[in-house]
Amino acid sequence: MVKWTEEERRIIRGVWEKVDIDEIGEELWARALIVYPWIDRYFGSFGDIFTTTAILKNPKLAALGKVVLSALDTAVKNMDNFKALYAPLSRQHYEKIKVDPDNFRLLAECITITIACKLRAELNPQVQATWQKFLSAVVEAMNSQYK
Amino acid sequence: MTMSLSAKDKATVKAFWAKISSSGEAIGADALSRMLVVYPQTKTYFSHWKDMSPGSAPVKKHGATVMGGVAEAVAKIDDLTSGLLSLSELHAFTLRVDPANFKILSHNILVVLAIMFPTDFTPEVHVAMDKFLAAVARALSEKYR
Repeated sequence: MVKWTEEERRIIRGVWEKVDIDEIGEELWARALIVYPWIDRYFGSFGDIFTTTAILKNPKLAALGKVVLSALDTAVKNMDNFKALYAPLSRQHYEKIKVDPDNFRLLAECITITIACKLRAELNPQVQATWQKFLSAVVEAMNSQYK
Repeated sequence: MTMSLSAKDKATVKAFWAKISSSGEAIGADALSRMLVVYPQTKTYFSHWKDMSPGSAPVKKHGATVMGGVAEAVAKIDDLTSGLLSLSELHAFTLRVDPANFKILSHNILVVLAIMFPTDFTPEVHVAMDKFLAAVARALSEKYR
């Protein structure tokens, strides 16, 4: 498991405090599907996700955004052992949903960019570096059961 | 994966660029600063600089140079391969930057665009710019091997 300094913990909490899970959750998958449209392969049961307009108002995508950010909240609150907590999630994504793990990296980039729109200059290079370290650890945790 | 720019992509890029080009130097400086801090392996290309810290003189100067290249790419968006030929030769034979780094810098440019232009950087503009920067990276990689 990754090691965190006090400063890094403070930075991660500071970023996360400013994330409104409902607000960011709604935008997250819309951005991901518009920017990386091939990920719609995983969304067969989500109804209409085939135009920008439909994507932006799809309630299932908005709901899933909140699910993902709630999982991220778990990681923020358990920074020293979320790899273990994420094992079932990783297994689920591998065995049941069968998600190519490169998508975890793509979604992480969308999360950063969505947060950048919100936090703006507060996401300075040092904060971005710490946030990137955190998301990389989350991505690694999501990869852990792919074997 | 080769994904070409549609007419809509090109129009979106040109319209967005028109809005942001006067901030080109600032965008370049910030993107480069972030890249060096967030992806420290990229510092290996700049050991000849006295100062690699965010906002330092060499970083600002080089950020402006890079965005000058992006501006050139926007102007030559209809044929990036021939338009960026000499830049490709520079990167392939002189600089020899591993092409994986183009993706890293592109990501940081997008982060800066999101920060500086949050309302204009809609998902549609985001995808057009991401595709454009990927196309520029491909054109720069042309001469590598």
